Amino acid sequence: MQFAASKSRWYKVALFALASAIGWSVPALAQKTELLVYTALETDQIKAYEEAFTKANPDVGIKWVRDSTGVITAKLLAEKANPQADMVVGVSASSMAVFANEGMLQGYAPKGLDRIVPAYRDPRNPPEWVGMDVYGAALCFNTVEATKLGLPKPESWKDLTKPVYRGKIVMPNPASSGTGFLDVAGWLQMWGDADAYKFMDGLHENIAHYTHSGSKPCTEAGAGEFPIGVSFEYRAVTTKKKGAPIDIIFPTEGLGWDLEASGIMKTTKKVEAAHKLMDWLATPGAMELFSKNFAVVAIPGIAKPLDFVPADYEKRLVKNDFAWEAKNRDKILAEWTKRYDSKSEPKK
Amino acid sequence: MTTAVAAPRPSVVSAPVRPRAHWQDRIAQGLLLGVCAFLIVFLLAPLAMLLVKSLQDRDGVFVGLRQFQEYFQTPALRQSIVHTLAVAGTVTAVTIPLAFTFAYALTRSCTPLKGTLRVIALTPILAPSLLPAISFIQWFGTQGLLKWMLGGASVYGPIGIIISSIYAVFPHALMIILTALLLSDGRLYEAAESLGTPTLRKFFTITLPGAKYGLISAAMVVFSYTVSEFGIPKVIGGNFNVLALDIFKQVIGQQNFNKGAVVSIVLLVPVLFAFVVDWVMQGRQQAQFSSRAVAYAPKPRRWFDASMFAYCLFICALLLAVLGMAVYTSFIKLWPYNKSFSFAHYTFGLVDAGVISSFFNSLRMAILTAVLGTMLIFGGAYLLEKTRGVRGLRALIRMLAAIPMGVPGMVLGLGYIFFFNHPDNPLNGLYHGMTILVVVTIVHYYTSSHLTAVTALKALDNEFEAVSASLKVPFYKTFFRVTVPVCLPAILDIGRYLFVNAMTTISAVVFLYSPDTQLASLTILTLDDAGEIGAAAAMATLIVAASTTVCVLYAIVTRLLLARTQAWRRPLAL
Repeated sequence: MQFAASKSRWYKVALFALASAIGWSVPALAQKTELLVYTALETDQIKAYEEAFTKANPDVGIKWVRDSTGVITAKLLAEKANPQADMVVGVSASSMAVFANEGMLQGYAPKGLDRIVPAYRDPRNPPEWVGMDVYGAALCFNTVEATKLGLPKPESWKDLTKPVYRGKIVMPNPASSGTGFLDVAGWLQMWGDADAYKFMDGLHENIAHYTHSGSKPCTEAGAGEFPIGVSFEYRAVTTKKKGAPIDIIFPTEGLGWDLEASGIMKTTKKVEAAHKLMDWLATPGAMELFSKNFAVVAIPGIAKPLDFVPADYEKRLVKNDFAWEAKNRDKILAEWTKRYDSKSEPKK
Repeated sequence: MTTAVAAPRPSVVSAPVRPRAHWQDRIAQGLLLGVCAFLIVFLLAPLAMLLVKSLQDRDGVFVGLRQFQEYFQTPALRQSIVHTLAVAGTVTAVTIPLAFTFAYALTRSCTPLKGTLRVIALTPILAPSLLPAISFIQWFGTQGLLKWMLGGASVYGPIGIIISSIYAVFPHALMIILTALLLSDGRLYEAAESLGTPTLRKFFTITLPGAKYGLISAAMVVFSYTVSEFGIPKVIGGNFNVLALDIFKQVIGQQNFNKGAVVSIVLLVPVLFAFVVDWVMQGRQQAQFSSRAVAYAPKPRRWFDASMFAYCLFICALLLAVLGMAVYTSFIKLWPYNKSFSFAHYTFGLVDAGVISSFFNSLRMAILTAVLGTMLIFGGAYLLEKTRGVRGLRALIRMLAAIPMGVPGMVLGLGYIFFFNHPDNPLNGLYHGMTILVVVTIVHYYTSSHLTAVTALKALDNEFEAVSASLKVPFYKTFFRVTVPVCLPAILDIGRYLFVNAMTTISAVVFLYSPDTQLASLTILTLDDAGEIGAAAAMATLIVAASTTVCVLYAIVTRLLLARTQAWRRPLAL
């Protein structure tokens, strides 16, 4: 008898657990047209952009899946057989070029496409992706630690190969980070293979370690772990604004760069709503929002100078060919890995 | 006769007399088949979907072993393998004695505050994995307070990986070893004592042999975990290449799933090795806890208890120092330049980054994982160990259960995408829902939970089943009336383990969440990515606080439960 009681109690626990499992896993149902958008934008940007867009288009809602560029790109490619996303927004142009090559995107010319700088959009007509804003290489230089160590402020890339910086520089590994790749691709396109690798050989001697994230070198510089971090200007500006004692340096020779770009998935069933979002992303109003975070946006004449970013920033960008990058990426990474990735001990 | 031989010796010569299967055996076998089907659908199939890519090129064309050939020609590879084995070997060699001594103190001495020590020892899994990395950098990094202890060596590299890994795996090892030590027969010690056996001899003839299976399982878990963990080397490894990081570079850095699959297969080799060791050990373990067993009750011994207590305090102080640094970071404005007190990171994380809403998703996911996972894993382990027939199936399940610990979560997560998001998969409705997050988490943490359950069950004499069978009591009655009550501490441990891991898991779920199932651990990762280290530490602290609260509530509830079921071993209840 006693057992019967305990048995039924166990069964109740089990049933309750199962029932709640089923109850909790029923997905929420959507009411208006909801776009599922995959993005690598920052959380605060997402909020601002979504608010402005839904004000103009109350019939379209946005659901975001946000992650780092690497994860979002991997996720989209892995889902290729049965894509979930309706759109990709704020993902690097080099990733967009990969999606385009895989035939995952559909062409659409947003209203006012002619306003967009040609270098900042997919050259195909209609374009399969359109740029939003530019992010480029920048150095984070910790002034407090530099004073302690007696380090001069570097002005150019070549300065970084001086022996005084031995073991003082952190840079993203291009094999793990898109930001690392834009640096390497920038040097290669600016100087040609021979000179660029000669520079990287010298730089490698001074590298403390290669990180696996593009933001990390700047946050490490900001926290005084290493005095110099090779990163990108958006992260440099946010780190400085948080109060880290860093100077932001834009090396004189030229800066590798990439775009944040958007496109529509070929498989979406919500084409009309997706067009509305694409149109909005190409409006001057949207560009004004982007320009709060980025010094260069895809429509010229809108961006206002940002704190800590020089006014001639756009002129300092190297000439960047996304098609060349996409084609040579594997080759570049194999060469880079062979040269620099198999040394284990960090330099002192 | 047959029953006595059945479960623990799968490889002995088949029994001369084949008993006719009873309908109850059929039920057990049916359920076992269900467990096996679960593991095939939710572990093997997704893995196979990914691993098959190791034989294809990027366009999906079959290329045989060419990807392997290319990979083995990379000069960095040999280095990665040596590094991986050296690190994992060191971590295992250090962690197992540490965890064993801790478990020994909790079970064989009259140390005070056992419950508290136990909860503190669990803290490494209460915290998201990037928390120790932040903390170790602040203790030992360039600006670190204890940098001098490294004598000029950099924490970025093998040193950082090893100390962070030891911290991370300690509770995993402790849970298994504790279970092994807890279920020992007090009569053996009494007999030894009445014969005047010296303490050391008792240790080597009673304690150690009894805990052997648990120790080996724990070593296997620690080793596989260290081999497959990429989060730690990613943050603190500097230029020190390990295999798990190679997968990260291929999959996230270059989106080359084919090469990633190749490295995943290389990573499975140590796991298969661990499985073979486990297999060999299977036959040698004898149940220590017979149906007449009496729980061991340690007697107070002043110096021994004091030294054990001192040891536990020391370990707990180290564990809390790691946590403490992160908590400290969450309350200061900016490490290391502005150490004034501030709540800003908490408001930023909770409100601006939206951790409040994702926290409840995490909680829901963790509760479901704990309840359903414990039922599945303990039930499965019971059927595996204590019922009869279908040997082949049992061997298969044993092998499947050993795999998850050696599979990086990232690999599992990607496999899930390929398998469950496939348009022809009838289960693709699960994709992007809560269910898939729960299932992937259960599968991801299957191995150590399973080994805890098996360790607990192995210590129980099969006589219980034999007697019930001869009395014609169905196995499920024995299960609910004897096995569950006796193993309740282990069952509750598994539930808690699954819960706290689900609260902080990242690597598998990062590929599987949807806008409606955003999890707090992922939001914290985003904060860290954006360089908001203070806010990341603050939110990690909140998760630790929430999980600790749950653990304390849980401890109160379980104390009541244990008081009823474990009265026979009152002196030991932890």
